[in-house]
Amino acid sequence: MSDSVQICTFYLDDLLLGIDVQQVQEVIRYQPMTPVPLAPPVVAGLINLRGQIVTATDLRLLLGMAPTDFSAARPMNVVIRNEVGTVSLLVDEIGDVIEVSAADFEPSPSTLPHALRTISVGVYKLPRALLLLLNTDELITSGSSQAAAA
Amino acid sequence: MESALDEIVQEFLVESYDSLDKLERDLVSLERSPDDTALIAGIFRNLHTLKGCCGYLGFEKLERVSHAGENLLGRLREGSLSVNAEVTDTLLNVNDAVRLLLTQIEQDGKEGDFDTQALSARVRILISGECAPAAAPAPAEADREEPLAPGLQSEAPAGSLSQSTIRVDVGLLDELMNLVGELVLARNQLLQHTSRFEDGSLQSTGQRLNHITTELQARIMKTRMQPIGNVWHKLPRLVRDTAATCGKQVTMSMEGQDTELDRTILEAIKDPLTHIVRNAIDHGIEAPHRRTLSSKPAEGRLVLRAFHEGGQVNIEIVDDGGGVDVDRVRQRARGCGIAAPDTLARMSDREITQLIFHPGFSTADEVTNVSGRGVGMDVVKTNIEEIGGQVEIESVLGQGATVKIRIPLTLAIIPALIVICGGQRFALPQVSLHELVRLEGAAARSGIERVHGVPVYRLRGKLLPIVYLSRALGMPDPAPVPEEDLELNIVVLQGGDQRFGLVVDAILDTEEIVVKPLSGRLKGLAVYAGSTIMGDGLIALILDAQGLAQRAGLNAGATARALSRLSEAQEQASGADKQVLLLVQVGERRVAMPLSAVSRLEEFPADAIERVGQDLVVQYRGGILPLLPLKSLLGGSGSIGDGDGLLRVVVRAVKDGVVGLVVDQILDIVAESFETHPVQSDPLVEGYAVILSRVTELLDIEAVLRSADIGFIGTAA
Repeated sequence: MSDSVQICTFYLDDLLLGIDVQQVQEVIRYQPMTPVPLAPPVVAGLINLRGQIVTATDLRLLLGMAPTDFSAARPMNVVIRNEVGTVSLLVDEIGDVIEVSAADFEPSPSTLPHALRTISVGVYKLPRALLLLLNTDELITSGSSQAAAA
Repeated sequence: MESALDEIVQEFLVESYDSLDKLERDLVSLERSPDDTALIAGIFRNLHTLKGCCGYLGFEKLERVSHAGENLLGRLREGSLSVNAEVTDTLLNVNDAVRLLLTQIEQDGKEGDFDTQALSARVRILISGECAPAAAPAPAEADREEPLAPGLQSEAPAGSLSQSTIRVDVGLLDELMNLVGELVLARNQLLQHTSRFEDGSLQSTGQRLNHITTELQARIMKTRMQPIGNVWHKLPRLVRDTAATCGKQVTMSMEGQDTELDRTILEAIKDPLTHIVRNAIDHGIEAPHRRTLSSKPAEGRLVLRAFHEGGQVNIEIVDDGGGVDVDRVRQRARGCGIAAPDTLARMSDREITQLIFHPGFSTADEVTNVSGRGVGMDVVKTNIEEIGGQVEIESVLGQGATVKIRIPLTLAIIPALIVICGGQRFALPQVSLHELVRLEGAAARSGIERVHGVPVYRLRGKLLPIVYLSRALGMPDPAPVPEEDLELNIVVLQGGDQRFGLVVDAILDTEEIVVKPLSGRLKGLAVYAGSTIMGDGLIALILDAQGLAQRAGLNAGATARALSRLSEAQEQASGADKQVLLLVQVGERRVAMPLSAVSRLEEFPADAIERVGQDLVVQYRGGILPLLPLKSLLGGSGSIGDGDGLLRVVVRAVKDGVVGLVVDQILDIVAESFETHPVQSDPLVEGYAVILSRVTELLDIEAVLRSADIGFIGTAA
């Protein structure tokens, strides 16, 4: 079973997305956020995660979708981390943690919109759906370089 | 001094025990992998550091023993000797000997009568063995059974010191600090809940939790604290060397070296302190013969003092040298072009003295090895301000100077003022805060005036640039309120060199906040210094005064220059028989009017002009402002307004309202004393004068208003 990995899955509208479960710190329900004026639009706000201040990212904007309407939606937080830091991704709905096999993996198709291609690793072909695996490092670190450039 | 030395020795012991343990482990692994050059280099460095400390503290035997070990390791490092059991044994013996000596020092502060000869001899033999390989093994063999470190093998009674202290990763301390912060929040919430119940035991448990939490917080804070002596103990050597280089005699004394500071701050003040001390010796304290001439002892005195005051740490570096020669600083400042001669002339001695912190300033006539390269005191100032501190210098000519540094106890927890803007809380660090101004009702409406469209407030007669926090942060403007409820909260801040007023919606309270850095995407935002978690668990952003000033364009923009010109002009005027004038361009003519006759300077888009009968008007502050095109009044022709579609208007308050004089350009604000030459030809012009080396007409504003025969007076307040 060494060639299979566990993926934490979640949805934005109908889009099935996933992150390697090793890189997911936790999944929590909607948290009140402190908006950050002047911040890039993808920064939805700051949340207090038991004393740790975490930037909540509007994943929809990163994926080139319409931004989350916070007056209506109460998105969930998928908190991911790497050595550089911790970031929360705002998602519509949490799916299951599923086990996928490396044999079902393919790199992202080159026709995928650019925004998606940079932050994704590839696609897992599940029996009934396609799962887009997101790139944790890119999601956490690209943010820093963007801010530096801004 | 005694106890300070003790402390240094204690620390040295703790450190050395640590490195000995490591040395021992490394030596054993070296035996297993004798070709690991990196390992040899590591051991060498370790022992070398130890030796350095011994030399510094005057432990000769210890130094000799470690020196012997170092020699041997040196050969290993060069590769001229290879690792074998013999060599490892000797090195381990060195290790044991060092440990024995350390234990001895820990017990009575002396090295005891331990004989280092045998060990040194053996090392010598091993080293020379490389030259005479045949002869070497025999004596070494013979020595082998002799106890080289008598009464002590590796099972030495470990010093009590090494057991009573442990080294802890700073990251762990930071985590503990975070957790305690969380505990404090949880405690606050719990206490709010328990107060609603009548249960006595619940109440007392709550109280107990409260006390323990507070205590815990204080202790955890303390774990990050270190005495300032840790930084100071390197200074005596520096003083000695610097004095020798400069040919001066200096004694140094320290007071309050157990004053504790957060370790990050300690790190940050190390360099500035070094620099100040060096400067005091090089520039402050005079050469012995000059001191004797001015009947001072030939030996200069330097005092370092540290103490707590008002939640801050004060550090003073006092010397009894020549002090700062104010005239020379003034001269030098002029030479370096730091400030204009007339500005310098107006500055107080105290202000002049502070100029030595100005970038590019040096009074040293020659560039010495020690100082005088023109970088230095300004860097000191920048470094100290970076950690939220302040530095200033006090001096009495001929008697000495005192550099005073005030720095916060810790960077992790700071006092801050909580303000509200756009329904959101923000924290303003207390260190950048000067005062709070609150205007109500009519005062709030008219308090903020405009110079060329830039909002300012007259704070005790001086103009204070105003920044609206909501606008600086790109938030929507607050909804208008009726005048009687109108209030304006101005927080007067110091951001860099600029003092400014920050307008916020409401001011809450001061609180101690735990600073957490912003991460990733938000690091580039200079307006924030970090974030913090408030009592209710929500997050507030910490504002950075300097970043805000920069964002609002205060520090660099033309506005700032115009404003500083204005306050300069006002200052100049207050001193001499001068008049402050507003210079404007009307067609080809340059026209001046007294600034006192001007309420505001405004800009309107040209398409905002409307007509009422024959008069031109614009809507202004909820009313109507009649406009007088000065150009046509003065007999010129052409359209009003400039090419850029903007209308520059000088707003003048009259009896029942306001009128606006339309000009082509607003040129400058100057304070001038001048001679007026009368003019007969134009009734609207009082006379002319030469101002800023150009002929300028002085406008008779009253005559202008009369001649204009305005149909009505504007209603705007």
